[in-house]
Amino acid sequence: MKNVIEIKNLCKSFGSVKAVQDISFSVGEGELFAFLGINGAGKSTTINIMCSCLSKDSGSVIIDGDNTDISPDRAKKKLGVVFQSSTLDGSLSVLDNLRFRAALYGITGNEFRSRLDEIVSLLDLSEILKRQVSRLSGGQRRKADIARALFHRPRILILDEPTTGLDPQTRKLIWSVIYKLRETEGMTVFLTTHYMEEAAEADRVVILDSGRITAEGTPLELKNKYTGDFISLYGISEEDACSLGLPFEPIKDGYRISVSDTAEATRLIISHPELFSDYEITKGKMDDVFLAATGKRLTGGDKK
Amino acid sequence: MNAVPSLIKRNVKLFFKDRAMFLTSLITPLILLVLYATFLGNVYRDSFTANLPEGLQISDKLIEGLVGGQLISSILAVSCVTVAFCSNFLMVQDKANGTLKDLRISPVSPGALSLSYYIATLISTLIICGVASAVCLVYVAAVGWYMSVADILLLFCDIIVLVLFGTALSSLINFFLSSQGQISAVGTIVSSGYGFICGAYMPIASFGEGLQKVISFLPGTYGTALVRNHAMRGALAEMKSEGAPDEVIDALCTALDCDLSFFDKSVSLGAMYAILGISTALLIAIYVLLNYLKAKKNP
Repeated sequence: MKNVIEIKNLCKSFGSVKAVQDISFSVGEGELFAFLGINGAGKSTTINIMCSCLSKDSGSVIIDGDNTDISPDRAKKKLGVVFQSSTLDGSLSVLDNLRFRAALYGITGNEFRSRLDEIVSLLDLSEILKRQVSRLSGGQRRKADIARALFHRPRILILDEPTTGLDPQTRKLIWSVIYKLRETEGMTVFLTTHYMEEAAEADRVVILDSGRITAEGTPLELKNKYTGDFISLYGISEEDACSLGLPFEPIKDGYRISVSDTAEATRLIISHPELFSDYEITKGKMDDVFLAATGKRLTGGDKK
Repeated sequence: MNAVPSLIKRNVKLFFKDRAMFLTSLITPLILLVLYATFLGNVYRDSFTANLPEGLQISDKLIEGLVGGQLISSILAVSCVTVAFCSNFLMVQDKANGTLKDLRISPVSPGALSLSYYIATLISTLIICGVASAVCLVYVAAVGWYMSVADILLLFCDIIVLVLFGTALSSLINFFLSSQGQISAVGTIVSSGYGFICGAYMPIASFGEGLQKVISFLPGTYGTALVRNHAMRGALAEMKSEGAPDEVIDALCTALDCDLSFFDKSVSLGAMYAILGISTALLIAIYVLLNYLKAKKNP
């Protein structure tokens, strides 16, 4: 798979604060890539450097073959960014916002109208197109932000905590838009999020802590490396659970046994078949991965 | 190359759509009108009549024409700068609400962004001050008209020069601002303070000698003097034709800030234009340099 983002030995300091410390990673074409970390971990600094909005101290950033040091404008054209908070002009209509932003990429006249039709159809914007941005609901505003980010046909869509602060229904709506984009346009999506269930859907994950990469891989690889498996056993007594000689905790109608991996779970089932009449084996969650990798818990935007 | 015109259009549209920003820019003319209605009108009239020799009869229409000229010159001299500040606050708002970040991720140079803010401020301020000038001229026509066509043309020329100066000054000061609180603080200081230090609220001649010397270093002072000259010159000429002696006219010109001195040396109108022009060029040069240095630091 071709890499569309290649970051090598990236470093950035603000005075004595080392925001990004020698990080290297790549993102493949068409991937949903999750970039995780608590606030201040260095995610936004990295994104700002990728967008050429911030200078770096050392290292290199290559966006779809364009080095941001050599051709920043070509690299910028390949990126669409949805920021955590809407950056559209609240007192202008969605249409005006799109028109003025499109002109920054040289899209005007017939080209603008043609692309507008595509975007309106893709994101179902017709109802809100002429409405003032400040009067839109959270979900509608997010759709307008995505429209702005996609207007110039970027190769990579960067979503910086796109669903933070949104209600579950709106989050679902935003994700349906993202899935549609990946399906119809084969878009590479670079996501930062505080919601671990969103990160679990990613093709690859990088976890950042204090400016360093502490873990990377597919969600499955990370779960296998950083967490064990869990067997939920139903209809057994506490004595039965205790007899297995492994850590356990009570759950509704049964007990959850922690095992190191699926192989151990299999051995346990074979050695105690009488107890395993009603059970399920599950992997650890991304929350557990994050906790194991950073020693911090990331839930809905707060470090715990 | 579509980016700069589009950004200018966006900035101008946002200024006129943002009611808070637009109304704030009109606050200075409103303050002056209220001040005038409450006590400045009488102060102006008294300052004229106090300088007139006994026995010289001046018609009420002429006095009203002079007072009206002083009022509109005050309003216009201050508005050119304060409206420019309010319009240019968009640059700070864009920083404060993150819009600038959104603009900077597009392939547009920081120089193009700065230029668009400058030109948009210039256009917005010229529109408002142009309309204000027209309203002021209608007012003067109603109370006592003594202006020639040359005076009107030169008055508009003064407005353009002052707007250029105000835009350059506001661009430079706003460059250092980045929050809504700073906008409010600077807006308040400029709206209330600039009128005094440029001699629009009170004639500079009425200040103490030391303060007069300090104020003579400020370029805006000469902008006010230019507007005063072209708004009041016709009325003063009429006064002279009605028999007012030269020394009375000279005394009035000094009292009304039509004549300004820099350390006892009289400053000609040409020199006033030169001072404003050089100051504007200098402010723009510093603004461009600051943007260049910033772009070099954060490309």
